[in-house]
Amino acid sequence: MNAEKRFEIFRLFFSILIALLVSFALIFMVSKQPVAAIVALITGPFKSSRNLANVVEAMIPLIFTGTGVCIMFAANQINLASEGAFHLGGLVAAAFALKLALPAGIAPAVCLILAAAAGAFFTALPAILKIKTGASEMVASLMINYISLWFCTFILMHFILDPAAGAASYSLPKTAKLPTLFSGTRIHFGLIIALAVAVLGYVFLYRSKIGYELRIAGSNKQFAEYSGIDIVKVILISQLVGGAVAGLGGGVEILSPIYSRFTWTSLLGYGWDAIVICTLAKKDPLKTPLAALFLAYLRTGASIMARTTDVTLEVVQITQGVIILLAVAEQFLSKTKHRIIAREAKAALQKEGGA
Amino acid sequence: MSEQYVLQMQNIMKIYGNGVVANEDVSLTLKKGEIHSLLGENGAGKSTLMKVLFGIETPDSGKIILNGEETTIKSPMDAISKGIGMVHQHFMLVPSLTVAENIILGVEPKNGLFIDMKKAVDEARRIAEQYNFDIDVTAKVEEIPVGVKQKVEILKALYRGADILILDEPTAVLTPQETDELFVQLEKLRADGHTIIFISHKLDEIKRICNRATIMRNGRSMGTYEVSEISTDDMSKLMVGREVVLTFDKKPPVLKEVMLSVRDLTVHNAQGVLKVDKLSFDLKGGEILGIAGVEGNGQSELINTLTAINKSYSGDIFIKGADIRQDTVKGVRDRKMGHIPEDRMTSGCAGNLSIRENMFSNQYTDPAYSGKFLLKTKVLAQRAAELVKEYLVKCKNPEQNVGMLSGGNIQKVIVAREFSIGPDIIIANQPTRGIDVGAAEFIRRRLLEYRDAGCAVILVSADLNEVFSLSDRLAVMYKGKFSGLFTDVGSVTEEQLGQYMLGLRHDDELGGAVYER
Ligand SMILES: Nc1ncnc2c1ncn2[C@@H]1O[C@H](COP(=O)(O)OP(=O)(O)OP(=O)(O)O)[C@@H](O)[C@H]1O
Ligand SMILES: [Mg+2]
Repeated sequence: MNAEKRFEIFRLFFSILIALLVSFALIFMVSKQPVAAIVALITGPFKSSRNLANVVEAMIPLIFTGTGVCIMFAANQINLASEGAFHLGGLVAAAFALKLALPAGIAPAVCLILAAAAGAFFTALPAILKIKTGASEMVASLMINYISLWFCTFILMHFILDPAAGAASYSLPKTAKLPTLFSGTRIHFGLIIALAVAVLGYVFLYRSKIGYELRIAGSNKQFAEYSGIDIVKVILISQLVGGAVAGLGGGVEILSPIYSRFTWTSLLGYGWDAIVICTLAKKDPLKTPLAALFLAYLRTGASIMARTTDVTLEVVQITQGVIILLAVAEQFLSKTKHRIIAREAKAALQKEGGA
Repeated sequence: MSEQYVLQMQNIMKIYGNGVVANEDVSLTLKKGEIHSLLGENGAGKSTLMKVLFGIETPDSGKIILNGEETTIKSPMDAISKGIGMVHQHFMLVPSLTVAENIILGVEPKNGLFIDMKKAVDEARRIAEQYNFDIDVTAKVEEIPVGVKQKVEILKALYRGADILILDEPTAVLTPQETDELFVQLEKLRADGHTIIFISHKLDEIKRICNRATIMRNGRSMGTYEVSEISTDDMSKLMVGREVVLTFDKKPPVLKEVMLSVRDLTVHNAQGVLKVDKLSFDLKGGEILGIAGVEGNGQSELINTLTAINKSYSGDIFIKGADIRQDTVKGVRDRKMGHIPEDRMTSGCAGNLSIRENMFSNQYTDPAYSGKFLLKTKVLAQRAAELVKEYLVKCKNPEQNVGMLSGGNIQKVIVAREFSIGPDIIIANQPTRGIDVGAAEFIRRRLLEYRDAGCAVILVSADLNEVFSLSDRLAVMYKGKFSGLFTDVGSVTEEQLGQYMLGLRHDDELGGAVYER
């Protein structure tokens, strides 16, 4: 590993450390039991196997939406509709699980494929708008997330609502549910799908022809046009694939043992978190599981802290914000980085001179 | 002793973020009122040294002494306030703004809180006139050709006023006449006591206008010489470290079948201005057709249409007999057309992708490089390494980002990519722009090799020497037409050519010479 990569890792850890220190300071300011709160935040996730399992469960949806965003952002398509695609994916999987009543084994596969298709369709809307009218996909995708939410709520209320259960659908059939991997936890088969998606996402983006086209167009559109790359295809495919992955994530989540009915009546935020994941992973889908693990750990610790002490969840949101700021700020620690690299280069020069 | 120098840069060392030592130990002294040349091969570290002087890069060690006082230059703003101006090798213009807006950017004439646009336009016009540059200051920068962009960059620096003016390859895209005009202005500036640093790979230009020259090789200075006391041969020997032979023998062309035919081609630009006017010609395999002309006479539009980047035209274009009206860029490229674009940074490369990734954007679909879905990563890596070696690209390895290469080396990557498809037609627009003498000869030799192998070549270049020495036929483009066509290139003089280029002479009946009916 060269000095540059080594330094990047160092910088990431350093950013995390600083962010934690900032949150500790905040906790000390707002809490009457700061030490207990910090202990809960940091060690809480390790306290029991149930807590540890919570971390893994929380990381699964993040891998899906994170990978989707990596693909769209690598093509420089700033589509923020993952949120809505995830939601819609969840609804579609739940609705078809209820209505189709397929046999076990086939049911989850069919529902997930349909969820992915719904997600792809959804994120493709801004893409098509962009191709047809030149409208920025960013603005369009922001607006349509709410359409997804209202649409899903409408379907829930009018087609799959269980009148006996409040704002929730009928209970999803066992045959459509994803199996758990470890008994006693809710860690489910979705983890395997998620990891596969991260690997396939990487292959797609960095090893395939279309991924190559995506990245060229994402980094210089004029160069792509001059090279003969079909920009329209890039715009469409990147957002179709990005949305499919997010939709699949929504399907996996609703069919997981965490839910027994479709109960989503507000946006869950996985689409926003995806941008954080994508930033931490530097648009590399292979790194999304690590980034997701970290975020999930932080979230789990935070909710334990909020449950057991007087500190609220917001503190952790601040931590998260600080980390992202530091991770993306290229200039942060750039002097130190330069010193390290210059030292190596000089040493190499001397060796050459001596030899 | 040191008072005679306006600027001394002593033992400058600059290491880039990726560990490349671009300046190892460079010293440069400037005397007041001189034109000082900085010479060196591609990647020698010239631009880096200038970026240090202009406050873009911070040196790792070394001293800068300005007017006898040691100083640090923290930013370009700081440099400008200290009387240093710079024209960058790669344009730093805002494409969506007009020429006038670019020239006054940052030093806008104000009308209360707002920019006084009328005054801005007047100012820009005034300065353009003062320096004898004939440009439309109300045109948008994204719509003007590179030669004009270069002039805008020069005007921008001159407008800000500078005691020390850095010019990083200002003549790379200028025609000889334009270069002459620029030199008149530079001499005027020198007479007024301005000091100028002039970077160019054209040694005759340095001979003509520079007082002293500092030669760089591999990040080190090889000494400073009085230009009058050193021969161009010695200059290149110092740059390269060995004797440079600058000859290639050009065999008489062996003409093959027609590769490209153009009939009554008419193209209007986005504003509806007629740019190519009923142009017809044939190009055979085995010949190089040089196209000379003052920029803006339709060359760019012609090339963009031949390469299918522009699809709105009337008339017909046939490649090897096939009409390309329905072809996309990829379609035309699949007919084995290589295209070296005029502006390497805007359309020639993706700066934040690696050299390897930049080398196959035109040929990754070739079965040798990819299967149905996946790229053959190993093959690509190996081929990229070969090309880097063959085309003498100076880099750490092919995984390095193209944006981190020196200007000339970026150009080499592009040439390598376009040549490596084994083209039947090459459209070369300023192919050796910014490439050092040795590498330029190599590329020219390559062009001739392809021609000898039966490839048809269109060569557009502001470098008339290049056009003269390579072309088998030479056409002059004026207002969208060929105003002259020479089949015996050796007998044409630069004066004659100049007259055609400026529209003073015009051969109306070119027909039979351009294509066979
Ligand atoms: N931003 C950068 N990051 C890393 N390395 C760089 C960067 N810019 C330049 N280099 C490296 O520094 C060396 C010197 O580059 P520089 O641009 O100064 O060369 P140059 O003499 O101007 O060459 P040319 O004649 O091609 O313009 C090259 O090896 C180049 O790869
Ligand atoms: Mg340079």
